[in-house]
Amino acid sequence: MPVPAAHVLVVSLLLFAIGIVGVLTRRNAIIILMSIELIMNAANLNLVAFSRQLNQINGQVFGVFTIAVAAGEVAVGLAVVLAMYRNRDSIHVDDVQLMKG
Amino acid sequence: MIRLLWLVPLLPFAGFAVAGLLASRLSRRTVALIACGTVLASFLISLGAVAGLGALPETAAGLQIDRAAHRVTQTLWTWLPLGPDGNGGGLSVAWSYVLDPLSAVMLLMVTGVGFLIHVYAVGYMGHEPPVGFARFFAYLNLFMGMMLTLVLGGSLPVVFVGWEGVGLCSYLLIGYYYDRMFDERSGMSCADAGRKAFIVNRIGDMGFMLGMLLLLGATGTLEIQGVLGQVPGLGTGVATAAALLLFFGACGKSAQIPLYVWLPDAMAGPTPVSALIHAATMVTAGVYVMCRMSPLLVAAPMAMLVVAVVGVATAVFAASMGLAQTDIKKVLAYSTVSQLGYMMLAVGVGAFGSAIFHLMTHAFFKALLFLGAGSVIHALSGEQDITKMGGLDRHTPRTHATFLIATLAICGVFPLSGFFSKDEILWNAWLRHPAFWALGIVGAFMTAFYMTRLYILVFRGRERFSDEARHHLHESPNVMTVPLMILAGLSVVGGLVGIPAAISLGIPNLIERWLEPVLASPVAAGHGATAAHGAVAQGAAHAAAAAAHSGGLEIGLMGLSLLVALAGIGLGWFLYERRPGLPERIAGSVGALYRIVYNKYFVDELYGRIVLAPYYGLCRAAAWFDRWIIDGAVNAAGYVTLGTSYASVGFDTVVVDGLVNLTGRVVRGGSKALRVMQTGVVQSYATAMVLGLFIMVSVYLLWLGH
Repeated sequence: MPVPAAHVLVVSLLLFAIGIVGVLTRRNAIIILMSIELIMNAANLNLVAFSRQLNQINGQVFGVFTIAVAAGEVAVGLAVVLAMYRNRDSIHVDDVQLMKG
Repeated sequence: MIRLLWLVPLLPFAGFAVAGLLASRLSRRTVALIACGTVLASFLISLGAVAGLGALPETAAGLQIDRAAHRVTQTLWTWLPLGPDGNGGGLSVAWSYVLDPLSAVMLLMVTGVGFLIHVYAVGYMGHEPPVGFARFFAYLNLFMGMMLTLVLGGSLPVVFVGWEGVGLCSYLLIGYYYDRMFDERSGMSCADAGRKAFIVNRIGDMGFMLGMLLLLGATGTLEIQGVLGQVPGLGTGVATAAALLLFFGACGKSAQIPLYVWLPDAMAGPTPVSALIHAATMVTAGVYVMCRMSPLLVAAPMAMLVVAVVGVATAVFAASMGLAQTDIKKVLAYSTVSQLGYMMLAVGVGAFGSAIFHLMTHAFFKALLFLGAGSVIHALSGEQDITKMGGLDRHTPRTHATFLIATLAICGVFPLSGFFSKDEILWNAWLRHPAFWALGIVGAFMTAFYMTRLYILVFRGRERFSDEARHHLHESPNVMTVPLMILAGLSVVGGLVGIPAAISLGIPNLIERWLEPVLASPVAAGHGATAAHGAVAQGAAHAAAAAAHSGGLEIGLMGLSLLVALAGIGLGWFLYERRPGLPERIAGSVGALYRIVYNKYFVDELYGRIVLAPYYGLCRAAAWFDRWIIDGAVNAAGYVTLGTSYASVGFDTVVVDGLVNLTGRVVRGGSKALRVMQTGVVQSYATAMVLGLFIMVSVYLLWLGH
């Protein structure tokens, strides 16, 4: 028995919410990156779920694309974090306030 | 030689140019050589030219010759093309020189006496710094050039150029010591004296110029011969007006009443200048021009009467002012004014030849007197006060001897030159009217008296000069005394060219015969003139005719005037040599009269009141107008501009800048508020985004979605 799309959407919603809360509340850059990953996967889950429900392959193709792009994004994000650590001996985002008005 | 006439004025001009332009480069010796050399060359050329006048060729290239009148005209170029004359012809003034017996006498006198004075001045000015020395001789040469232009000028404008030029040089040379005081009592500097001479002369020059323009209008020409040729056609009124206007000019130049006041103050100049310009040459220019225009004067009997009256009044008036002067040069200055009065008297009574004769002899003995005075001043280290002299005959024998000769000559002692020339004037005055003669004799008596007084106070009696002056006391060097001796010789024999017929013993009156072709005589002009004029001239003719038969009377008058002269000398000798204390007592007993004479009748003060005071008043009024009205308007404009500017600045700072600043402040205030949001923490931005998204989605879902 196939899992109904609504269930999948609930899981996806929970993932998204966890991700958002992670992004907004954590100070460790690595954790934030991981939370972003959660948000993205929540989106992927949506794509796949709707693809299945609507019987169209487009959504799954998009999901694959998104995973690929997410991999790139993580690579860049980690590189940024690494550069940050090297320059400031810290990966706390609170310490980076160059744009404070 | 006569063709070189143009060189006569040009050479001194060249000397002026060289000495003037190179003043700071040339040594005194070079300047002296140039200055004296050019004048000597002019003199020699003049001698040659005048000698040639006796035997004129029929024609010569570049010259217009009138053998009957012994006149040579050298026209150099057309100077003033004045345009058409209304009759289809052209009117122009040529720069031309005229040599005739009249200008010949002046030419020789000016260059000859001028050369002697130049030589003398080399010694007299020897202590000046080289630049001042060069300046002096440059001016002196310029003067010679201008004077020769005046003498030789063939048309009235050329004469006028010389006339103004000598006035300029007179001004420059009077003010030579421009940084010195001339008269402590009135606070007049030498520069002021120069200005006074220049301005008084300018007043007279206005008359000359108006006369010239009147003649131009009446005759249509300015060539002297052309004007004189048309004199018979002029109305008596025009002739009288023109003659009086020219005479007014002559009054300024020849120091006649009422324009004589500048000459005594002209003594501020160095003594050679006084001798050359203010005794021998320039001041006689007025007399010369009067004689040059003699046919015009003869056609205007009223004008001649005025000339005679002014002349004799000046002669007596100035002589009386000379009585009480204590400055050696001022005594001589008043004497010069007085003698010029005699010359004008001669002009006024129609004895033009006598005027020129006296002009010539006066040039000799008055130049000698001035140069002698200069020698005395030089010997006494600059002392000019005759009350601080005395006893100089032992120390300066040459100056003393020549000065004595000149004194006797001016007093009119037989047979020195002054006797002949003065007596000729007096005789002609007698023929016109005995009153002229009587006044002339009074003047002659005073002349003899003040000259004797001068001589005795300077050369005789007790030595009253300071020990300082005694220390430097010396006879002048040869360069100064030799000209004195030559002039003394001329003063002695100069009168012999004009021995009157009554005592001639067969010797002809050379100067009268020489001048005859040039000068008009009232007798000759009597024919063909207007009726009234004819009557006067006929009267004169009768008088002349009577004179021919009255040699005895002439000899008698001559003896009388000689006696008067001797009486004047005797009185002077008695008062100043025999009873030296007496003059002071006399002066004290007629105190008021003495003070009036001593102060020169207060004429300067009178002119100060009636001419200068209103003039200064006018100046002050003009200055007031300038300061308060003109300057006021300008200042008011300034203040208005200033006020407007302040208002504009206020508007700018308060309103314009205020608006700009307000904008700035508003922006800044807004920024301050908004800055708070810009924390730099990315998560706060993200929170805001999420909240915003949440609100928007909520709004959409709750209200707009349906």
